[in-house]
Parts: sequence; structure tokens; C-alpha cells
Amino acid sequence: MEQKFTYIGKIADTIKSLATGLSVTMKEFFTPKVTEQYPENRKTLKISDRHRAMLYMPLDEEGNNRCIACGLCQSNCPNGTITIKTRTVVDQETGKSKKVLEEYIYDLGSCMYCQLCVNVCPKDAIAFNNCFENAVFDRNKLIIKLNK
Amino acid sequence: MLDFGTITTTIDQYLHSVMPTQAALIVECILVALCAVLAYVMLAIVMIFMERKVCAAFQCRLGPMRVGFWGLLQVFADVFKMLIKEIISIDRSDKVLYNLAPYLVVMSSVLTFSCLPFAQGLQVLDFNIGVFFIMAASSFGVLGILLAGWSSNNKYSMIGAVRSGAQMISYELSIGLCILVIVVLSGTMQISELVEAQRDGWFIFKGHIPAFTAFIIYLIAGNAETNRAPFDLPEAESELTAGFHTEYSGMHFGFFYVAEFMNLFIVAGIASTLFLGGWAPLHIAGFGAFNAIMDYIPGSVWFLGKTFFVIWLLMWVRWTFPRMRIDQVVSLEWKYLLPIGLVNLLIMTICVVCGWTF
Repeated sequence: MEQKFTYIGKIADTIKSLATGLSVTMKEFFTPKVTEQYPENRKTLKISDRHRAMLYMPLDEEGNNRCIACGLCQSNCPNGTITIKTRTVVDQETGKSKKVLEEYIYDLGSCMYCQLCVNVCPKDAIAFNNCFENAVFDRNKLIIKLNK
Repeated sequence: MLDFGTITTTIDQYLHSVMPTQAALIVECILVALCAVLAYVMLAIVMIFMERKVCAAFQCRLGPMRVGFWGLLQVFADVFKMLIKEIISIDRSDKVLYNLAPYLVVMSSVLTFSCLPFAQGLQVLDFNIGVFFIMAASSFGVLGILLAGWSSNNKYSMIGAVRSGAQMISYELSIGLCILVIVVLSGTMQISELVEAQRDGWFIFKGHIPAFTAFIIYLIAGNAETNRAPFDLPEAESELTAGFHTEYSGMHFGFFYVAEFMNLFIVAGIASTLFLGGWAPLHIAGFGAFNAIMDYIPGSVWFLGKTFFVIWLLMWVRWTFPRMRIDQVVSLEWKYLLPIGLVNLLIMTICVVCGWTF
């Protein structure tokens, strides 16, 4: 590159490239600004749907969930965030015993949002939502029961 | 147009009528100093705010928004914080020079500041070698920076100061040549006469190509003089922590900070005085009505408007280009700006001799 330009050519090339840079920042000067003024703009705030803020359990109208209490999420969680309490019920017709979910306990305070539990779930019974305002005054309020 | 000369003469005559000459002189000196320092500080605050907002806009941000409406009180809060901070003394530093350096920097910029013509007659220093005085006064600011680096007992400060010496002394030459172009065109060095000569047309239009080239070179060299990016080697945050003022705290740091911003204002002010007509309104030959309307806008508004436009140009450059290496800075000056400036001066002289100016 150095050899390609003469003294004058180099000056002209420099002015051209400097003008390119200046035009880029000039465009930036007039584009709408990206700053979010958070507490004021809560009404219009748009958080990405893919943002992982909190684990939740999608429920249907009657409050039933799709969880089969297999325990894969619990055993895959690196932090021991998920605790599943189950009980065994005996099916009246077939007479087979079956594990049923009693309590799905999620400790938001130790979750690191890796999404392993969601990925491993065979029934898509759990998912992450983007409700990010999770600050509370008591550690115990972070331990949440997800099922009804 | 309002001539501030009449107001100052009235005050002068009133003071002389109520007290002896010596006392009147002292009172006038105190009044002028008070006004100048007050204007200096207020303009510095305005410029710091402008810098933060303009920088934010170029980076697609909003800048300070929380303190006061639209962040207007942010700089005042920063000033108060600076005022209540402790001035620490550095172990094994040169105490006298260490404490003297910030005052030298501020003194040089206040002296230069007092030469700026804010409106007709609104000028502290005005004499027949005004331009020469501006160059002399502004160039001893580098002494303060060198002393600050030397006396701090810190390798970063020292490197910053040495770089600043190499840079500022080099770019002083280009500034001198650009000012000479205008002196050749106007035939005077007195600032009030320089502005007066631009009432029927600014020098950037009167001197066409050589004046415009000189304006561009002046802006580049002025940017280097004020130690701002892409020429901010003496500070170079990522390499030298803060360069020559690393070891300064409290208001001593504040002096460097304010002086840096006011040097930017002074560079822009001199650019608008020499090239864009100072307080002289925009006149286009042949448009009588337009010129009459332009005359209604006060001279100080014209001067500040032009100056802040030039400041905005310099900020645009500052937030666009990355920092250069020291060898690039020096070769830009000695291999490019200086030869172009010399040729430009020759062209301007030929233009003036042959009468090719407007």
C-alpha cells in the first residue's frame, strides 16, 4: 500500500478516508438514541423474548402442568437450584404405581440461567420468561414453588 | 450595532469622577478580572456539558440525564465534588513546581482568553500586536504541562509531558503559518482591526482557496494544541493512565481540566475571529435588506455562535478518529502540514500582491 501512492496521492487518499469516517459519525449523530431511561420507561420497555430472567412452568386453564416428575432437570442443574418433591400414586385401573409431582421448588437466588433444565425437559414443561424485576428484600422470597 | 466601547468609556469616566486616577485604575482592573474569570468559568462549565452531550450523541447515547432537567445540573455537581476533594501531596515530588504547574496552565489560557473579541469593544486586551501576543501567551501553557510531568515523580506523567512538548512545539509552527496567512491578507495584527476588516466579507470568503486551506490546517493544528483526540498522546488514557496530570487531585486537577476545555474554546474563538469574522455579522454584497436584518443580531451572539460551531466541528473530529502514534503525529506535522502551510502562505502572498482577493 505504501508504495502505491505518491505524496499528493497519499494526501488525497487520506482526505477521502477521513471524510468517510466523518460521514459515519455524522449519520450516528442524527440517528435516534438507544439509551433506555429505565425507571421512567417501564410502561414502554421492551425486553427481548429470548432474555432469561426467571424459570416458570406453563400452565393450562385448569392449572395443570405437563411435568412428569422425571427429575432430569433436578439432576442436570449445576447449582442444585431445582428441588422436586414427588409422591407415588397407584392407578386404579391398571394397578401400576406412578410418580406424580408434588412440589416444584425453584431457588432463583442460586440460578445461573444456563437453560440446561429447559433443554433437557422431555415434555417442555418448564421455560424461561423475561420478567426481570426480581429484586426482593428477603432471601426466602427467592425460593419459589412453580406448580399449583 | 451596539458598541460596548461606549459603555466601558461611561464606566471609566464615572469612576474617574468619583475617585483619584490610581484608585479608579485599581477598581477597573478588579472589575475586569472578575468579569473575565467569571466568563471563563461559566464558559468552561457550558463546554464540559456540551462535550458530554455531543460525545453521547456521536455514540448514539443520551449523555447525562438525571441531575436536573435534561442533566443540566450535572456539571455543577461535578464542580462541587471537585472543590471538596483533598489536594494530596506526592512523596518525593518537587513541591514548588508541582503546585505551580496548574496555575501556569490556567494563567496562559486566561491571558489568551482575554484577547478574544466577544463583541465590538468587548475585549480586555487589544493592541497593535494582538495576534503575536496570543501566540506568545498560548505557547507558555506547554511549560506548565512539562513542569507537571517533571515534578510529579511518576513515569507516566513524565512520558506524557515529553510527548506533549514534542507535539505542542511542532504544531505551534503550523498555527503560526496559518495566522500569518491572515496577517498577509489583512495587513494588520490588531484583533479589533482584523474583525473590522471582515465587516464586508469574512476572510474565509475574501481569501478563498488559501484562506480555506489555512482554516483546515489551523483546525488540525489547533486540535493538536489542545491535546484532544486524535492528538491526545499527552493524556492517552489507555497507555499513560492520565498522562501529565496523573498525580493531581482535587482542584489542581480541576485547573488542568478547565484549562483544557478553555484552550479548546480559545482555539475555536481565534479560528472564528481570524477566518469567520469574529463578531462581524454575515454580509453578502448586493443584498441590502438581508444585511440589515443580520445587523440586528448582536455581535456577541455572532461570536459565540461561530465559536461554538467551530467547537462542534472539533468535537466531531475528536469522537470520530482513533489516537495516532507519536511518530505519526510528528510526521504529519513536519512532512505534511508544515510544507502545505508554507506553500499556502506563498500562494496567499502571490494572491495579495496580484490583487486576486475579494
